[in-house]
Amino acid sequence: MTRTKTSGEKQLWPFETVGTKVNGWVDDLGAVGIFLLRAFIMVFRAKQLPSIVQQVYYIGARSAPVVMLVGLFTGMVLGLQLYYTLVKFGSTGALGSAIALSLIRELGPVLTAIMITARAGSSMTTEIGIQRISEQIDALYTMRIDSLRYLVSPRIAASIISFPLLTAFFDIIGILGGYLTGVVLLGLDAGSYFYRVETSVEIDDITGGFVKAVVFAIIVSTICCFQGYFTHMRTDAHGAKSVGLSTTSAVVLSCVLILISDYVVTSLLL
Amino acid sequence: MEDELIEFKNVTKRFGKRTVLDNVGLRIFDGDVTTIIGKSGTGKSVLLKHIIGLLAPTEGTILFRGKPVYEMDRKEFDAYRSQFSYCFQNNALFDSLTVFGNIALPLQQTTRMGKKEIETRVVQKMEQLEVADVSDKYPSQLSGGMQKRVALARALVTDPKIVLFDEPTTGQDPIRKNAILSMIAHNQKRFGFTTIMISHDIPDVFYISNRILILYDGKIIFQGTYRELERLQHPMVDEYISSLKGFEKEFLTPVSDGEAFGLSGKDVKIAEKKDTVIVAVLTLDELDALTEKLGQKRTDEILQSLGEYLNRHFGDVGISNRMAKNRFAVIFNHMDAKRVESMVEAFTRELREQGLGEAHPDTGGLIDSGKTVSLAVRVGLAEASPKENIQVTADKARSREKVIARFFCARCET
Repeated sequence: MTRTKTSGEKQLWPFETVGTKVNGWVDDLGAVGIFLLRAFIMVFRAKQLPSIVQQVYYIGARSAPVVMLVGLFTGMVLGLQLYYTLVKFGSTGALGSAIALSLIRELGPVLTAIMITARAGSSMTTEIGIQRISEQIDALYTMRIDSLRYLVSPRIAASIISFPLLTAFFDIIGILGGYLTGVVLLGLDAGSYFYRVETSVEIDDITGGFVKAVVFAIIVSTICCFQGYFTHMRTDAHGAKSVGLSTTSAVVLSCVLILISDYVVTSLLL
Repeated sequence: MEDELIEFKNVTKRFGKRTVLDNVGLRIFDGDVTTIIGKSGTGKSVLLKHIIGLLAPTEGTILFRGKPVYEMDRKEFDAYRSQFSYCFQNNALFDSLTVFGNIALPLQQTTRMGKKEIETRVVQKMEQLEVADVSDKYPSQLSGGMQKRVALARALVTDPKIVLFDEPTTGQDPIRKNAILSMIAHNQKRFGFTTIMISHDIPDVFYISNRILILYDGKIIFQGTYRELERLQHPMVDEYISSLKGFEKEFLTPVSDGEAFGLSGKDVKIAEKKDTVIVAVLTLDELDALTEKLGQKRTDEILQSLGEYLNRHFGDVGISNRMAKNRFAVIFNHMDAKRVESMVEAFTRELREQGLGEAHPDTGGLIDSGKTVSLAVRVGLAEASPKENIQVTADKARSREKVIARFFCARCET
């Protein structure tokens, strides 16, 4: 028999709702933390290298073309936009510096992470989610294979390796894209462009960009694997639909967290 | 006395407010084929998952050889789990791995075996379960029956002491269901593992089970042998008996091709290599009349007894299967007609000497037909030509059937 709520209890419903939500988020945060910790420790277990290499191929090598394409056009757009801005101040000579610093410090790590999330992160969630709903993860348990070690750890390790490498590709191709618009199309001096790039970029800028890439790698791989791994725990859907919703959640959450953590890491680095 | 392997003591499992297992107490013995039956949604899979540790009980204790499972330390629990294999209802094969990859996975991940040793063991297991031809294929490229064999190969490659089967025949046609059950029975005898199985295939599953557990409304209402089940007075048992009528109807649906025997393409290919294959068809006569006069359970026991004779005599050299409720087919791939005939003679001799369960051999003496029922077993042999449909060969064998043994048994007293 259900008890009817008193008027006092009815007035408390907003607090109850918010409290329940916050409790849920804290629970999830704790679960993600433990998930990451356990999976990360298992990266260093035996027999992981072949799986990690395979995942580097899927997450890294196969994402390279799309990341480089995006890098090229990002650099070209930056070249155009910054040229017409700098021309107003008579500082077109600073185009190389502006493009290189924007890409290395900010756009390279962020856009690379978002592109990998869209390409590889979504497939991580889907693949693990399908393995969950088709009892393949339970089958691993019955075979005494740790599913975190077998499915999650190689993906986290491969992401940590691939994100900085792809970010570096993105930065280099982006700088070349800026060269195409600034030098080839708009007629700036090639020597001056590369001189500005070389003199303005410091090792701290590059390190900062790589730190961001590693942070994004951990966030994206953990969120995407977590969403797939616990797709069966969703209360809003079951089966194939739950995998679809988990994939959407993983991509959205990863992108949001990339931008939030970008701000946090930038504040800490500066 | 049999060794007690697993014991559930007052095990209760709740999911939220829903109680799935309610104070369950059961015992499973070493070396037995134990079958858990019960209606859908009564918690059979939940029960099985408790045994292997996929689920933990809300209340109660699970003992393994007298030791509480959930009080074991990590090492003991790992050693406990290493004795099990689990065949999932939907096979749970890794769809991104080939058949070879699937079977090799537990060895690659949980042992220190070298690449060559793993390959040898996997190939051996694939050959034993007749999936070697499809080692490079992916699970989605295989038929349901073939996937089941791959799942069984994966479960057996680690040489487990206990194999758990969760509804191994779900989604299979009636004939293939029997192919899978006989495959389990055959391999259980061959490899000697303890089997715990969930099945709805009544009465066929009784033929291969030493013990039966019935789960009803989250409780175990029966555990014992098939004979003991006869004495159980419970609406559930009556429901099963009445369902047999439907089963029989389903079973006697005509079959149309070789696949209907539950045989893989591989089985027939062996025949092609050998140019010929011998098919023996065995029929227990007048099944309907027998059922009417002896009752369903006694008739089933006689059929079970015939099935056991078949397995004993031909299990190692042929592939035996049920074509219909009262008819069995045995396919001999590697033997010539003379050898098969001499084996059938030995089989006939034993039948005539030992009888068929409670049916005694009819040696031609005076029998009171008012108090007894007569029955006969017929056998027909046929040789298949290369590439001939196996069903055609079976039909040929049926047309050549002759009575090899007659029996009698007491009528029901009613």
